Amino acid sequence: MAVTEVRISIHPAGLNPKDIAEKIKEQFPDQVIDVAEFRDQVSVIAKRDQIVPLLKYLHDDPILSMDHLQDLTAVDYLKKKDVRFEVVYNLYSTKYRHHIRIRAQVPENDPKINSVVPIWAGANWHERECFDMFGIEFTGHPDLRRILMPEDWEGYPLRKDYPLQGPALENDWPGFTEVLKRSKELREFEWEG
Amino acid sequence: MLLDTSTVGLITVEEGTKILPPNVIITTLDKVVNWGRLSSIWPTTFGLACCAIEMMAAGAAHYDLDRFGIIFRGSPRQADCMIVAGTVTKKMVPVVRRVYDQIPEPRYVIAMGSCACTGGVFRTYSTVQGCDTFLPVDVYVPGCPPRPETLLEGLMLLQEKIRKEQARWSPWR
Amino acid sequence: MIQKEAEKIFETKELNVNMGPQHPATHGVLRLVLDIDGETIVKVTPYVGYLHRGIEKLGESLSYFQALPLTDRMDYVSAMSNNIGYCVAVEKLFGIEVPERAKFIRTIVGEMSRIANHLLWLATHALDIGAMTVFLYCFREREWILDLYEMICGARLTVTYPRIGGVRNDVPQEFLESLWKFTDEFPSRILEYETLIDQNRIWLQRTVGIGVISAEEAVSWGMTGPTLRGSGVPYDIRKHMPYDAYDKVEFEVPIGTTGDTYDRYRCRMLEMRQSNNIIRQCIEKLPPGPVMADEPKFTLQPKDKMMPITHPTKEMAYFIEEKACKGCGMCLRACPAKAIFGEKKKPHKIDQALCLQCATCFVTCKFKAMKIVPGGKGLSDEKLAELAAAPVPEEITKAAEHLVKQFEFIKKGPKVPEGELYVATEVPKGELGFYFVSDGSGKPYRMRLRAPSFIHAGCLPRLCVGHLVADVIAAIGTIDIVLGECDR
Repeated sequence: MAVTEVRISIHPAGLNPKDIAEKIKEQFPDQVIDVAEFRDQVSVIAKRDQIVPLLKYLHDDPILSMDHLQDLTAVDYLKKKDVRFEVVYNLYSTKYRHHIRIRAQVPENDPKINSVVPIWAGANWHERECFDMFGIEFTGHPDLRRILMPEDWEGYPLRKDYPLQGPALENDWPGFTEVLKRSKELREFEWEG
Repeated sequence: MLLDTSTVGLITVEEGTKILPPNVIITTLDKVVNWGRLSSIWPTTFGLACCAIEMMAAGAAHYDLDRFGIIFRGSPRQADCMIVAGTVTKKMVPVVRRVYDQIPEPRYVIAMGSCACTGGVFRTYSTVQGCDTFLPVDVYVPGCPPRPETLLEGLMLLQEKIRKEQARWSPWR
Repeated sequence: MIQKEAEKIFETKELNVNMGPQHPATHGVLRLVLDIDGETIVKVTPYVGYLHRGIEKLGESLSYFQALPLTDRMDYVSAMSNNIGYCVAVEKLFGIEVPERAKFIRTIVGEMSRIANHLLWLATHALDIGAMTVFLYCFREREWILDLYEMICGARLTVTYPRIGGVRNDVPQEFLESLWKFTDEFPSRILEYETLIDQNRIWLQRTVGIGVISAEEAVSWGMTGPTLRGSGVPYDIRKHMPYDAYDKVEFEVPIGTTGDTYDRYRCRMLEMRQSNNIIRQCIEKLPPGPVMADEPKFTLQPKDKMMPITHPTKEMAYFIEEKACKGCGMCLRACPAKAIFGEKKKPHKIDQALCLQCATCFVTCKFKAMKIVPGGKGLSDEKLAELAAAPVPEEITKAAEHLVKQFEFIKKGPKVPEGELYVATEVPKGELGFYFVSDGSGKPYRMRLRAPSFIHAGCLPRLCVGHLVADVIAAIGTIDIVLGECDR
């Protein structure tokens, strides 16, 4: 029978995030565009071409050992920056307790980036959600389709040029407008008080 | 055998109901049928979001729903009420309508919570602004989420509504 | 030969079964399509999104303070934890410090919500597997906790009690006494549940060896919280990156060994005991002091700071000094009661009969021409001019400055520095992460909520393959998902 233990977890302190950024710059000097720092957290802004080898290096390296992909998301900088989208990877090491953030720039005219599902299996649904909300395609993803919106929804909701209240009733999702029409027809058979 | 009402008096309990002691009650078919229906409203489990937790709390031991005759049925075919508890999104609309269509007559709908009544806090691209856009609703229970006592009040209002129905048992309308 | 004949007669094919969004056991609106061969699962495809309300996009159009109630509705079973996670993230973004008492109170309510969440998890998990009595027992305890919530903030489920900068109001003494009694009795109640199911033969058969996942795989799949700790990985954010008062209390973190459903169940039961312990320590160590950070530019302050002016019994009157007034007309346009009149470039006057004493004109005036006269309500204009010339008491000036800052905070939002931030907290279900991108305005440019239930629902295909249909129900229960958080 299975037995669980109760023990206090004691952890050694981790590397300084700036040192991790330096290591990345050494290994991939032509891929790193910039390093930003805010409130003790460091982001490395990189190009999207070699993003999979870069992340694999962070995952496999014995000193860095970033085994936990905390979050994979995207941000739409419409008109604020030259490159419209940025795919953001938040990485953490459960062994050594250090954290780094990688931001990969994805242009608007070619919104594609390589998928990291071979490294972290949990990136599967994260990438599907990015595709659903922003329209960024992940090449090499095993099953890229919409996850939160209905499968035949048109438009990418989290883009900045998509209205908050959604499309007007005429252009709305056909699954919804059909039910509205049918319920109007069936209303004559309903019991009237 | 005709009743001889001259010697034995008929006691009027309320308007439309008379008792001939010891054990004969004379009333209308409406009253009997409505009393049967309101004392055993069986909702189908349709908890969508936060209001479902308050619905479960109303069904648990503290605010008991069973004492009203309310038992949650799993299948809509065996239910006669649907408590839409929570936000209805556009992706969920065909499913809700399908479950409603499967409930046999007489059927009632309670819209529980602000999201089911009018869309609530969420005025966004994916939320339907009220489930009454595609369902005929009998009772609206506002709140975010409504306390279990509020839900009980809503159910009692539904009971009142059922009590006042006329000739819903008949095959013609 | 006979076997070959038999195989020709009995043609088997895979069956596609839909466990629809409306199902008593799917904990909300989760849809699963099971490909089954006989009774054994070959493939599970979860479909989520039936509760997607667009919280992330809605948060982009609201200020930080207005987006706080939206986080309640994500993981609605343990609403306090979501609020705490959001507040910790926003406080780090603003760069403000929370007072000690508020930190301890937030730890207390955070652990109470952990107990409430685990109680509901146990209730629904056991109900799905078949132990119906546990459902009623757990709800009995949960009602106690919800009553305690009502004592401090008035709401049972969607509380918005932890605020940016602290908590909304101080806890009354009877709350602490009642909570102490709860912590005295709770361990015996946990023993009740354990007696019912811990060594029960049916429970063991249905949970031991179901949904086994190894430690490396679990981390790779992104699992966090008790779902991960059941597999033996010691990852708890309360220990790794402590926030609030977690570094000042002593507690242990239960870790499992085999990574099956039974281990995760034991982890959560032991976590309930640990939470009980933490609450007791926090009540003992609770320091006195304020419960909201003193930063009027970033937080909503308690109203007593503005009491010298805003309280109705103070009978304040608002009066425009003729010499200072430039006649710009800003107060005229801002007044909600239309009580100010005057021509352009000429000094304006306030009609005292219509004035609501709302202070909007005081806040709008940039030339400091508006004077607040204490005890001036109902007096004539000449008398007010006399009183206004007198020097203003210290407390009125302070309260007035405070009022102006709060108005600006509420109308325009706080002045947040540009940057981005990822902060994670340990909610009962796992790791709740908030990723904020701020562009300097009072509204978040991008508010990303990393929900543990979303990741765990994605792990269902891995957990269920090879098991029977009934084990899918046990697997859904063990990953402890709530669809409001999964779909946001």
